[in-house]
Formats: sequence, structure tokens, C-alpha cells
Amino acid sequence: MKPIWYFVGLILLAMGGIIFLTGVYQLLDPPETKTVLSEIHPNVWWGIIMFLFGGLMFLKTRKETV
Amino acid sequence: MQAIGLTFIDWIIILIYFVFVLGIGWYLKRFTKSEEDFFLAGRKNSSWVAGLAFLSANLGALELLGMTGNTFKYGMYVAHFYWIGAIPAMVFLGIYMMPFYYSSKIKSIPGYLKLRFDEKTRVLNGIAFAIMTLLVSGINLYAMALVLHTFLGWDWNISMWASALTVMGYVTLSGLMSAIFTEIIQFFLIWFGLFLVSILGIIEIGSLGQILNRLPESMNTLWSTSGDPTQNGMLIHWAGIVLGLGFVLSFGYWTTDFLVVQRAFSAKDLRAARMTPLLASFFKMALPFIVILAGLIAIALSNDPNSGFKLLEDGGQVNYDSALPLLIARYYPSGLVGLGVTALLAGFMAGQAGNISAFNTVWTYDIYKSVLNKKASDAHLLWMGRVSTVVGVIISLGTAYWAKSFPSIMDYMQAIFSWVNAPLFATMLLGMFIWWITPNGAFWGLVAGMLSSFLMWLGVKFHWFNESIITMSSVQSDMAANFWRAWWAWLICFGLTIVISLFTKKKPKEELVGLVKGLTEEKHDAHLPFVKRPEFVAIIAVVVLIVLNILFW
Repeated sequence: MKPIWYFVGLILLAMGGIIFLTGVYQLLDPPETKTVLSEIHPNVWWGIIMFLFGGLMFLKTRKETV
Repeated sequence: MQAIGLTFIDWIIILIYFVFVLGIGWYLKRFTKSEEDFFLAGRKNSSWVAGLAFLSANLGALELLGMTGNTFKYGMYVAHFYWIGAIPAMVFLGIYMMPFYYSSKIKSIPGYLKLRFDEKTRVLNGIAFAIMTLLVSGINLYAMALVLHTFLGWDWNISMWASALTVMGYVTLSGLMSAIFTEIIQFFLIWFGLFLVSILGIIEIGSLGQILNRLPESMNTLWSTSGDPTQNGMLIHWAGIVLGLGFVLSFGYWTTDFLVVQRAFSAKDLRAARMTPLLASFFKMALPFIVILAGLIAIALSNDPNSGFKLLEDGGQVNYDSALPLLIARYYPSGLVGLGVTALLAGFMAGQAGNISAFNTVWTYDIYKSVLNKKASDAHLLWMGRVSTVVGVIISLGTAYWAKSFPSIMDYMQAIFSWVNAPLFATMLLGMFIWWITPNGAFWGLVAGMLSSFLMWLGVKFHWFNESIITMSSVQSDMAANFWRAWWAWLICFGLTIVISLFTKKKPKEELVGLVKGLTEEKHDAHLPFVKRPEFVAIIAVVVLIVLNILFW
């Protein structure tokens, strides 16, 4: 059985990737309605953090079984 | 009024979560072959897995929204629920109680009552717990639909049925293991989905110090105003916090509520089981940096007329639960909104899955096998576990519709805990540490404790007597009343159990070996170096707890 950390890594990787790409898209084509602090682009850097954390967990556990 | 709007990307994020949890349930089904796999996740989890699940089972979205809202209402005093109101009890469970629970190989808390006392005490607690669990599960479901309807404009029926059927799907497929897997995913989604609110709030306001400086003293300290109930937001004296919350409610919940303790039973060995609540305690201490901090940020923004931040109002009443969703709407752009909503959804669903997986175990072992079908085979019990999961979800849906018709039953949730858990903690404490406590003493003490808590609640509700008799204070709050009622119920159960035990038949000492301190050999982890023992981790947890309390005194 795959360890739980494998699935945690996978879901963070997927969600982080989508949030990061959305942030990049909004950087190039800013939305009309702006949120507070939108100028610091939280979806770009938070998406990267999630993607890297998820990627690390996924890579570390992808060959493990428990 | 709808506070949060979702884009296509947000829906994709939510969809990924649903596909994941159902997929995990399907994947784990092939590993769920025996009743021990279904009810105890095969007893093979590491302390990290069991520890995160232990914490997450308690970390429902209702708690996240409610505690952020309560912080807006009561100030930093709400952090007591996470620090003194949790950590001493979790440490006590790991160090002193877990060896008796785990080593006796019980499958549930009522199972311990059967071994230590007798069948009638087990069935009494089993029935009370099953009713409480289904009520809480249904009320959670209703609360989730209410939140999704209020803040996202979603349809009531679709919200309730979609989440209930998803939970039913993955818990029926693989029982506790899938509940634990989804709880751990929920833990990470909550941190990634909601901690960013606190970070962005600090960036907007300037610093943590500036947030605290914008609040009145009654709201921004933990203990310094607790000597006089009129001087703090919660209107409570420090004795009520220490005795009611820190001792009875906290120990009653964290050491006897099967919903959380069941996660420790899934650990692979005694050391992992003892480490379960100890590791969880560190994450519990960190949670105020999401929940309390968000509430304080909401107060600071509300006090600033230029911020444009104002909580929603329903019929002239402030909706405190709107604090967190409004902060999400304020700070989160597309994509992150989906993540924030998924974190709340995951919290609701994992909370419900926790309740259902605890219910199916107590029903199957402590009511069905104990009373209705004593000769049931293992295969039959596995089947019964799956059936009771389906029935439990259906009853929860019924309770949710009942709650929708009578919204005031939402207010009863805290009260329900003080009816069941507070007296049970007295029974457990006496049973585990004093050998001459008798089965009749435990049973009648528990009955009296539960009844007295219920009658105190009824008495105040219907004005039979003044609340000040219970709280010993001229100023009142619901929270203070809950704390004090729990204390009195515990004391009544504790006293009566001792008195009745003095006059009734004791169990022979040889039957209590392994169940009671003093009659059991205790050399847990003695072969390990001190830094690897649970006792060392417990000391660090207590030191961190003391430092946090001093920092925010």
C-alpha cells in the first residue's frame, strides 16, 4: 500500500500547480476585480510553495510501500 | 448575502479534492480484508500518521469558523481552548492513560469500561456515545450546508447530500483507514488553505504587534484580566478556565472521546500509540496562528473605518462565523479561493467521517455484538460495520434536516459534550487509578453525573434557577456556563462513584491487572534512551505551552 504522504504530495502538487499557473495568467492579464494585496500576487508564490512541498513529498515516497 | 464568488479554476480545485477522497477510498478497499482493518486500520499506523489523524478528527470546519468567530466575540481568551484547554490533557493521555487503553487491546472506549467494570456501564456509555456522535454528525452536516448556502449561495440539499454520500462512499469502502487518510489530507489543506489568511493579514496591518495594539486589553491578553470576570471578553474568572475548561472539559474530551482516541488505537505499537497525542499536541498549539490570529485580524480591520471590512448581519444580529469567509474573500484571488473553500469542505467532511467511523465501531462492538448478537463472526462484524456506516449517514442526514427545522439545536452542541464526556472522565480517572472503585459505583456515578449535567442545562434553559448558582458570578456568558456545568457534573460523578464504591462489591485485584495503575507492571520504553521516550516529548510540549502562555499573558 502507498503511504499517505504519497497522496498528500500528489494533491498538493496538483493544486499548487493549478494555483501557480492561474497566478501567472493573472500576472499577464490582471482581472478587473482586485483583492486586497493583489499587487503581491499571493497565488504565484503560494502556488510555488505548495507545488514544491507536494513535489518533495511525492518524490520521496513514490517508490515506498507500507 | 453571498460573500465569496467562485471561478472555473476554483471549481476545478474543489473537484480535484472530491475525486481524490473517493479515489483513496476505492484504492484502500483492496487492503481492507478483516474487521480489524476496517475498525482499527489494521493497527499498523506510525505515530505521525496516527498523531495527525488524532488532531484532524477534532479539526472540523465548524470549529475553524466558530473559533475564528468566537475570537471576534471574546478576544484572545479563545486560545485557551488550544493551549490549557487541550495540551495538559493530551500529555496526560499519552503518558498515563494510553498504556492501559492500548495494552488491553480494546477496540473502543466502552470496551475498556466492560473490562474494568461491567457490561451495563459499557452499554450505557456506548448508547450515549452513539447518540451523541450521530447528533453531532447531523448538526455538522447542517452547519456545513448553512455555511455553503450563506457564503457561496449553494443549494442546501445538494450540499448536504453530495458531502454525505461522498463520506458514506469512502468510509463504507475502507473504514477507519480511509477516514484517517482523508483526515491527514484535510490537515495539509487546512494549513495551506487558511494559514495564508494570517500571513496576508499581518502584511496588510504591518506586524503581529500592531494587530494586538489595535485591540482593547480585554481582547489581547490570555490571563492578565482573568482575575475579574468583568474585565475580560469571555466574562470568566481564571478558576472557571482552569477547572471547567483546562481540567474537566479538556480531559473529558481528549482522554475519553472515542472519536479522537480511536486514532491512537490504530498505532502499530504502544510507543507509537503513546506518541500519538504528544505529537498532535505540537500541531494543536500551532493552530491559534490560523484560527485566533484570523479572528484578531478581523477585529483590527473592523475597528478601522478605512478598511471597508465589516462582518455580515442576519436580522440585525452580527454573524460572527462570517469572519473567516470574509477574510478569504478579501485576500484570496482566483484559485486560492477554491483552495480556501476546499479546506473548509475538507474540514466538514473529515469531521463527519470521524464521527461515522467512531459510531460504526461503537455500534458494532459495544451495542450489536455486546447485546444483540454475541456470537457474531468476524466476517459478519465487518459486514455490520459497513451497514452501520450507511445507516449512520442516513440518520445524520435526518438529524441535519431536523436541525434545519429547529436551528436552535446548534446551540446544544457544547452542552451535549458536557452531558456525556465530563462525567465519563471522572469514571475513567477513578477506574484507571483506584482499584477499589466498583462496577456499581461507576455505573450509578456515571448516571448521576450525566443526569445532573442535563438537569443543570434544563434548569437554566427554562429559568428554574439562576445561572449564577452554577457560575458563582454576577456576569454571565454561555461559555462560562458550559465550563462550570462541566465542572459540577464531573464533581458529582466523582463523589458519588467513590461513596457508592465504599458500600458495594469490589472486583478481585487479579481481574484488574493491566487495567489499573498500581496493579500493572509499567516499564514502557525503558530500553530507549531518554530523548527517544514519550516522556521527553511530553516535557518539551509542556515547556512550549508555558512559554506561549507567558508570551501572551
